[in-house]
Amino acid sequence: MKKKLFGTSAAIVVTAGMLAGCGSNSAPQASTSPSAATAETTATATSAAATSAAGDKPFAGQTITLVTANHPWSEALTPLLPDFEAQTGIKVKVENYFEDQLTQKLTVQFTAGSSTPDVFMYRPLQEGQLFFKNGWVAPLDEYVNQDADYDFKDISPSAVGTTTVDGKLAGIPIITEREILYYRKDLLEKANIPVPKTIDELVAAAKKLHDPGAEMYGFVARGQRSPLVTQLSSYIYSEGGDFMKDGKATINTPEAVKAMTTYGTLLKDYGPPGVLNMSWPQAFGIFAQGKVAFLTDVDSLYTNATDPAKSKIGDKVGFAPFPAGAAGSKPTNVTAWGLSINARTEHKDAAWEFIKWATSKEIVLKQQQKGNPGARTSVWDTPEATQSFPAELVQVIKESMKNGVDHDRPVVITVGEARDAVGEVVMRVITGEKDIQAVADKANANLQAIIDKDNKK
Amino acid sequence: MRYNWFDRNLKWVYILPALLFVLVMMLFPILYTVWISFYEWSMSAITPPAFVGFANYIALFKDERFLDALFNTFYFTVVALIAEVVLGLAIAVLLNRSFKGKNIAKTLFLLPMVATPVAMGLVWMLIYEPTIGAANTILKAIGIHPQLFLASMTQVVPSLIVVDIWQWTPMVALILMAGLSTLPADPYESADVDGATAWKKFVHITLPLLKPTLIIATMLRLIGVLKTFDIIYATTQGGPNFKSETLNIYSYVLGFQYFKLGSASALLVIFFLIVMALTLLLIWMRKRLEAAS
Repeated sequence: MKKKLFGTSAAIVVTAGMLAGCGSNSAPQASTSPSAATAETTATATSAAATSAAGDKPFAGQTITLVTANHPWSEALTPLLPDFEAQTGIKVKVENYFEDQLTQKLTVQFTAGSSTPDVFMYRPLQEGQLFFKNGWVAPLDEYVNQDADYDFKDISPSAVGTTTVDGKLAGIPIITEREILYYRKDLLEKANIPVPKTIDELVAAAKKLHDPGAEMYGFVARGQRSPLVTQLSSYIYSEGGDFMKDGKATINTPEAVKAMTTYGTLLKDYGPPGVLNMSWPQAFGIFAQGKVAFLTDVDSLYTNATDPAKSKIGDKVGFAPFPAGAAGSKPTNVTAWGLSINARTEHKDAAWEFIKWATSKEIVLKQQQKGNPGARTSVWDTPEATQSFPAELVQVIKESMKNGVDHDRPVVITVGEARDAVGEVVMRVITGEKDIQAVADKANANLQAIIDKDNKK
Repeated sequence: MRYNWFDRNLKWVYILPALLFVLVMMLFPILYTVWISFYEWSMSAITPPAFVGFANYIALFKDERFLDALFNTFYFTVVALIAEVVLGLAIAVLLNRSFKGKNIAKTLFLLPMVATPVAMGLVWMLIYEPTIGAANTILKAIGIHPQLFLASMTQVVPSLIVVDIWQWTPMVALILMAGLSTLPADPYESADVDGATAWKKFVHITLPLLKPTLIIATMLRLIGVLKTFDIIYATTQGGPNFKSETLNIYSYVLGFQYFKLGSASALLVIFFLIVMALTLLLIWMRKRLEAAS
């Protein structure tokens, strides 16, 4: 009883911490970095090619507005901004918003045809299609190869794939994440189970470690309809399926149905009670309480499992590449956040100058040292870049980057609706529906309708 | 001359700011919503809104998810409203006598009402968490099998109703206490002389006299419960499997997640009419009551 109460209160503390994290800075705050330049000049920018000349400051005196999400990446970037301002003479005005407010603010501002912000942070897979197809985002293809030092090829191809829309580069990746397998080293050792290398082994191991009587569960992952879709994706790819192919919805293929059945069954048969209302905070929460053996979710959230302040089992967490299905191990390797330029900006070249700096090898290295997983292969190979990460995790991340898939949800304009359509199938598996093929056929038709509507726009 | 005009129209000049505010901030959005509800628009910069007539409304009535949301809204409203009024009345009558620590008790009762709904929603989500939450810990301690609460498709609405009752019963109690304190003492005195029991006094004196206040409290809560959004969005976002999706939640999803602004507006117009009809019904009841007494 006493122990239970401790567990409960610990959970309260964890959530309170999460709330505090969400709440602070959630109000829009505009901070202006100190800079010598005071007046915004309207001088026309010279061509970007000229900027590479050393010591040249063609954009001196220009001011660009940067809108960021309330994210560790922005926190780590702010103290570095004075360097950029000194180097280029460009003044950067930063506005910081909480995720959902950010999307709403950007959508409204772009709909109104505003020329600010010049540069903004966005979620390529959630808003990328909507922003790009509406013509709100300036394509960056002509910029990235102008400067050999920038070394665009160094940025992971699947991360670039995520920010590419209709063959055009809509943004530069800044934060990447991959789906991996979290497991409890101590439990596997005790039961003498090797780390699962395939999905079948994962199911078998989860079954073996599942002991609801002792409040010990085999497996947990997101079970809420919409949030689960991004985590289901690696299961679908690893079985050889995808959400859509050449404009046709493919979630009723045998591969996809098998993956969705596996995911739903793992949660239904070996998951803790209440999976239907779990997104990542709840899934990580119960894993961190030491009540679950396996968890599949993205690597960028790993501190929720390892940080002693949030987790009772921080030192017992193991990391493994996503287990292989019929088509091998094909985890998501996506860009969670990217940087883009507003198509209507009056400072396009200065804006690119900023992105070039913010996504340069030097800055990405500094970001990664602060725990922000970037997209540059060379940085991942630099030992000092990964010091803050658990060594085992770095290996898993590198492994996952090799065979990763560049999207983790159906790539359409109305992502929200598409996610609900796909999530339906897993919901029905969890609630015990027998004829999953029929459910998948119906969901496939719904997804197809969404794709068709997109094509008409 | 100018001063004359000003003097003659003084009453209009003074209400002008308020009038403008109502027009710009309330009437315009409502009319704009009605206008948009006849169009199909997805906030696209390339495709302008397309006129579709009543198609959005017709599609909604064929949409199972809308009909479920309609049912959930009424289910939630009816149960929560009855419970809140009955419990609120009981608390008001209980607190209407003088006892030691009355003011402290009153203050404590009001606390849930002043707490931020979204924060409270998150606290309740934790209380309801099936494995490590307080609710199941207590249930297990008294020998009851643990429940799923918000994660169960059948228990989710009752669980949310409990949160709403917890949060809003104090407001009903507060209004009714104010009503009780204005009741005349004479009827009670004559009832005492006639030897009426406490229950008889309650049914035959307190209730009839309190009726106008009861109707006001019911009306305020009716509107409040119908448009409940915060606690549902903070805890389940309409899940699991849309089983706690009310009209408000569905319209938010349609508008801001699916970018179907026409459908979302059509839904809100229907919702507006429902709230309007119910409110008019209550006002009519109150008028009839006043005419009768």
